[in-house]
Amino acid sequence: MSDTTGKTMTQDSPEAGLWGLAAQFDSTAGIYAAATKTREAGYEWFDCHVPFPVHGLDKAMGVKHTILPVLVFFAGLTGLCVAIFLQVFTNSLQVNLWALVEVVGYQFDVSGKPLISTPAFVPVAFELTVLFSAVSCVGLMLFLNKLPCLYHPILKSPKMKRITDDRFVLVIESKDPKFTRATAEKFMQSLNPERIVELEH
Amino acid sequence: MTTLPIDHPIDELSDDPRERPPLVLNHHDFGSVTAEILRANEAKRPPKAWYIAFVISFLMMSMLGVLVGYLVVTGVGVWGNNSPAMWGFPIVNFVFWVGIGHAGTLISAILFLFRQKWRTSINRFAEAMTIFAVICAGLFPGIHIGRVWLAYWLFPIPNQMDMWPQFRSPLLWDVFAVGTYFTVSLLFWYVGMIPDLATLRDRATNKVQAIAYGIVAVGWRGSMRHWHRYERAYLLLAALATPLVLSVHSVVSFDFAVAQLPGWHTTIFPPYFVAGAIFSGFAMVLTLAIPARELWGLENFITKRHIENMCKIVLLTGSMVGYAYGMEFFIAWYSGEIYESFAFINRAFGQYAWAYWIMVSCNVICPQLFWFKAIRRNVWVIFIITLFVNLGMWFERFVITVTSLANDFLPSSWGWFEPTWVDVGTFVGSFGLFMTLFLLFIRFLPILAISEIKGVMPEADPHAHHGEDHA
Repeated sequence: MSDTTGKTMTQDSPEAGLWGLAAQFDSTAGIYAAATKTREAGYEWFDCHVPFPVHGLDKAMGVKHTILPVLVFFAGLTGLCVAIFLQVFTNSLQVNLWALVEVVGYQFDVSGKPLISTPAFVPVAFELTVLFSAVSCVGLMLFLNKLPCLYHPILKSPKMKRITDDRFVLVIESKDPKFTRATAEKFMQSLNPERIVELEH
Repeated sequence: MTTLPIDHPIDELSDDPRERPPLVLNHHDFGSVTAEILRANEAKRPPKAWYIAFVISFLMMSMLGVLVGYLVVTGVGVWGNNSPAMWGFPIVNFVFWVGIGHAGTLISAILFLFRQKWRTSINRFAEAMTIFAVICAGLFPGIHIGRVWLAYWLFPIPNQMDMWPQFRSPLLWDVFAVGTYFTVSLLFWYVGMIPDLATLRDRATNKVQAIAYGIVAVGWRGSMRHWHRYERAYLLLAALATPLVLSVHSVVSFDFAVAQLPGWHTTIFPPYFVAGAIFSGFAMVLTLAIPARELWGLENFITKRHIENMCKIVLLTGSMVGYAYGMEFFIAWYSGEIYESFAFINRAFGQYAWAYWIMVSCNVICPQLFWFKAIRRNVWVIFIITLFVNLGMWFERFVITVTSLANDFLPSSWGWFEPTWVDVGTFVGSFGLFMTLFLLFIRFLPILAISEIKGVMPEADPHAHHGEDHA
């Protein structure tokens, strides 16, 4: 796995089957500098594959802030409303709310205490707010990341196995408007990587 | 910010405030960290001790299964629960296990928000421990309801009887609190594990491993665009789990505090229960970490410094628990309430005094040994102390539950609780369930948070130039 610096592993192959080019680095400083330069060079369809989140790399790449927290806030709000509705409806109402399924509330009269006792409804309201937020937080994170994705050119390449171990890889996709094989490879050589790998579809 | 110069190599146990002790020892590149942590997972066979522990745990778990089966076909009469001590071992065990389940999420969430980087070496198996402990906890109320096949009545499910659960009851709050806690802890654990599962997938040596880890790793490929959302999601989960940790044992304490019984009906219960839960949870983390660290050879990641930090938390929370015991007594006297005063005098000097003094010696006196540095640095002494703490915390729940129920207001309605062999066997069996799950975890899943550990190494900082200190 230790190729001399900057040597390409690629043969002359048609650009048609090419999904992208990957430059491999062995340090966080290397990938950070490379990501900064790639962004400055005007590439848009590029990504860094790293074994752990490198501090500041997302900013260097120009990744926009995710909308996730806003969505999670509304999920939490939904949980709160569901909890209040559930408790008020099931413990105090005596009407049949749903037309198709016959559901009526059940009134427990405990020592004449109010049916809608707000303080007693707080714990469940809190728990459901947290539950809805947490489940949607994880679900939306995966959804926005387009995961699960069990097939991907990066997962396919046996040369990319170390991106979850100790190597840092910058990938420029062939669909980038500025991408041509020759220019991209020349650009990558200038980044001084450990090696450059071709990725097929 | 200037950094004061240090002219000697930094020691992991250094108390010099000018220096930041290393969190990972003897490693300067990421590849060797991966290899060393996964060595045990990737070994052809686990060590012999693992097999022995697994067989014992599995037998204990089988005993639990048999006893639960016996209970289901016979009825709760096989237990020592009686009137007035309606809550015997099952509720004591429930509170005990839920309490243990608190350290995991505390370490993951609260220490994460406080940017305590030392958490990275212990959070994964503390989270795993949390989940297994909550599974054990959930079992007990489930079988305590008597007609186990009607356990679904706990949930608000539309049914032909037009019946709904009673939302003004703390017992129902418990269903939601523990259910939410389990779900959120599981998500937290799993999300944290995705990058490490991808590492296992990429290092798999056979097809079965590659496919199994490949599916659970959901195709994670370490994309920085993914990491960006991932980190945000992790932070949000930590922020959500923090109040959750504090709420769960508060809600459990409401089961007692909302009742009218002397010794239960006190406002100190929620904070006192939460401190006790963190206390017992950290003790259990140490009980598991010390042998696992030895067996799996993880001394470079779970350093003596980590162990020492946990001892300090045990000392702090143990002292809080001790303070709560004292304050309970003071308020019982200060209230001038005869039943309340009696409940506490009775705890300390009544028929269950032995249980009370076991509790005090294990929970209040034992952890005070951690004031001594020599003890905080001797892992096997720590191991023994944590065993006592675990024992003491079980007795705390026994004292709270049983003494108040057995001797409440009218002497004519007093009683005496005595466990049966089924009670004891079920409790011992629950340790079998816990240990079986834990042993499977340390064999098949990444025991430490590999990607997080790499992230706290000095080599991970992209701006750390030669000799310049950015820490």
